[in-house]
Amino acid sequence: MKRALVLLAVTAIWTAGNGLAQPGAAGNIPARPASLPDNTPRTLSPYFTQANSAPKAPDADGFIQRWLLLEPINKPNRTNTVFTDTYVRNTLNTEYFPNQFTVIPNDGDKVKVGEQELAWHALDSTGFNVKLFRFAYGLNKTTYGVIFWAVTVVNSPREIQNARMAVGVNGASIWWLNGKEAVDLFTDRRMKMDDCVSKRLTLNKGRNVIRGAVINGPGLSDFCLRFIDENGEPIKDLTVSLDRTGK
Amino acid sequence: MKSYIPAAVVLLAAAVPALFAQAPALNGDPYIHDPSTIAFSDGKYFTFGTGGGGLISEDGWTWHSGAQRPGGGVAPDVIKIGDRYYMSYARGGGGMSGGHASNVYVMWTKSLDPASPDFKFNDETLVASSDGVEDCDAIDPAFLLDPTTGRLWLSYGTYFGYIRIVELDPKTGKRVAGNQAVNVAIDMEATDLMFRDGWYYLLGTHGTCCDGANSTYNIRVGRSRNILGPYVDHMGIPLLKGGGKLVVAASGRFVGPGHFGRLDLGDGVEKFSMHYEADLDRSGRSVLDIRPLLWKDGWPVGGDNFWGGTFEIQSERSGFALELGVDFARMAGRGGGFGGFGGGGRGRGGAAPGAAPAAGAAPAGPPAPPAVQPVQAQRLYDVLHGWPTGNIDLRIGDYMMRPHQKWTITPVLNAGGYPGSPYFKIQIADTDRTLAAAEGNELVTLPTYTGAPEQLWRIDQLIDGTYRIMPKAVPNSTEPVALSAVGASTPTLAKFDPKSDKGRWTFRKP
Repeated sequence: MKRALVLLAVTAIWTAGNGLAQPGAAGNIPARPASLPDNTPRTLSPYFTQANSAPKAPDADGFIQRWLLLEPINKPNRTNTVFTDTYVRNTLNTEYFPNQFTVIPNDGDKVKVGEQELAWHALDSTGFNVKLFRFAYGLNKTTYGVIFWAVTVVNSPREIQNARMAVGVNGASIWWLNGKEAVDLFTDRRMKMDDCVSKRLTLNKGRNVIRGAVINGPGLSDFCLRFIDENGEPIKDLTVSLDRTGK
Repeated sequence: MKSYIPAAVVLLAAAVPALFAQAPALNGDPYIHDPSTIAFSDGKYFTFGTGGGGLISEDGWTWHSGAQRPGGGVAPDVIKIGDRYYMSYARGGGGMSGGHASNVYVMWTKSLDPASPDFKFNDETLVASSDGVEDCDAIDPAFLLDPTTGRLWLSYGTYFGYIRIVELDPKTGKRVAGNQAVNVAIDMEATDLMFRDGWYYLLGTHGTCCDGANSTYNIRVGRSRNILGPYVDHMGIPLLKGGGKLVVAASGRFVGPGHFGRLDLGDGVEKFSMHYEADLDRSGRSVLDIRPLLWKDGWPVGGDNFWGGTFEIQSERSGFALELGVDFARMAGRGGGFGGFGGGGRGRGGAAPGAAPAAGAAPAGPPAPPAVQPVQAQRLYDVLHGWPTGNIDLRIGDYMMRPHQKWTITPVLNAGGYPGSPYFKIQIADTDRTLAAAEGNELVTLPTYTGAPEQLWRIDQLIDGTYRIMPKAVPNSTEPVALSAVGASTPTLAKFDPKSDKGRWTFRKP
């Protein structure tokens, strides 16, 4: 949210405004204090469940819900206005950990990025989108000023030509399919389905590895991803498994 | 033929183009952030903004500070129900200091005018909230009184999580007991709700606010048959998945439109208010504006304020053009018979049919076709001497791009206005001859502009994109009337009928 400057100025007016208000009868719903102490236990629920070994189909609209997500890499940015094409391209093509562009990790694998030790988590999103903010928040990790990495393996029963990868992201991001860059989402974006779409590509019969990196400053980091065919219809006869051995 | 151009006739063309750029935002000091829907109280227009103040206008064109709102907080909205104005606003959230815990309040007053004895806000009541952790940040409330059910709804929320809708009691403004908030959209803030023709519309901003000339704020919309959704855009993309059809975005000198508020003036004239994050002609400050709201295929579309120019004024009734009642003067430009060349045409360069060849010349073959050249348009200079010098009446006639049919419309900046616009003078192009209302609700053109109110015109765009044209005043009459094609070829002033094409006009390139 980019209201900070305006609302900091408003604070003084707010304080004065409280003096001018004429509260009448008590409200009929309980009031909340201006800032709630955040000491409730955190969990990934209800946004994620643990991925199991059974292959998972995309949802009814073709969105891929099963991902290996890396706990966020700290990349402080007080503002999202820096996410120009050049900045995002350079930042997300930087290698932060070994084999960053090829690894298909297991759940629980760890990497070291500077002083951070970060774990991979194999998760199923409960929605069409993958709420990275909730992923970080639920694990008590940094939520703002971060880079997330995501990997998944999509199995197709047939070769599909003229497909496209369709992505939405809150933040900025780059996505690769089978090692080749497929979709870029630059500038500070809101997550909307089918926002940015790859050129025509071919899904292999069998395994296809999707890899993505999302960067965000302040904001609700989030992404959604699906494949659409040459008619713009979602490709749904896929299964997702995170088996690194390709079985 | 004597040809002359009276000195009083020639308009200084150099001064006019400067007025033909994009219409400016509202007049006066329209500085505000996150304006509420505009409300009418005690004969004046009011809007309220973040922080507690707001703007007042006598006519909807010139605005100044002076509106007052206790309670502080951000992004209020206001609605009149019965004899009460309900005001809603939020305190605490919006990401201030990183926090998303917030409370939305409603209070009411019987007048919005601080000078009124009825100006007193009552019953500040909490109606919605967010705890700072849940998927919502309760700010930016907006009312909708459903005209089909009489139920009162409030949307709220921002980019942190969902836009939600709750139900309030229209008699008290309080939350209906037991009502649960419903998620209706993501990626939005500054929402607003409308109802029209069986559809509920949820509008809100996408993009960034509060970044001056770099704000990407734009206003988008989805619609649903049910107030609680699902809302989808024109591509069928749910607003819960980030959808939204564009209503208005940055253009010209205006950056970051946001905080839509509907202003229905009746008779098929709808407008909307918003702020621009940055008006580049006003030091990049945030300002209020009012623009036409158009409707196309069941979707709202943000129009642009008319700012004049030189036009054909075309009647939607007949398709013919408003013109002076003067002789039609013929012009050259017959291209040489049917097919345009050879065969004895009399156009420029063509021989008369049957003409004998010159003596001694070789036997003539078929004449060579004349070279194709542009024909000069008829000029004012060519015809002005044939016009009366006093008053001239009007009619509607075949548009032939002639001087007596071309009108220059110019905003008049010192004569008041109406929501979104100043008045205009309407003159025959390159002359001082001015369209005026005449006694008896008739029309006339006067040889000279004096600025009298019957020479000033209110021009409102209608929801279908055509225009209604009304005089500021009619001599010895207070009945509101508009330019109307009472006959296919006869204009007059008459009561505007929104269902008829008689009163609809289009400005076309001359």
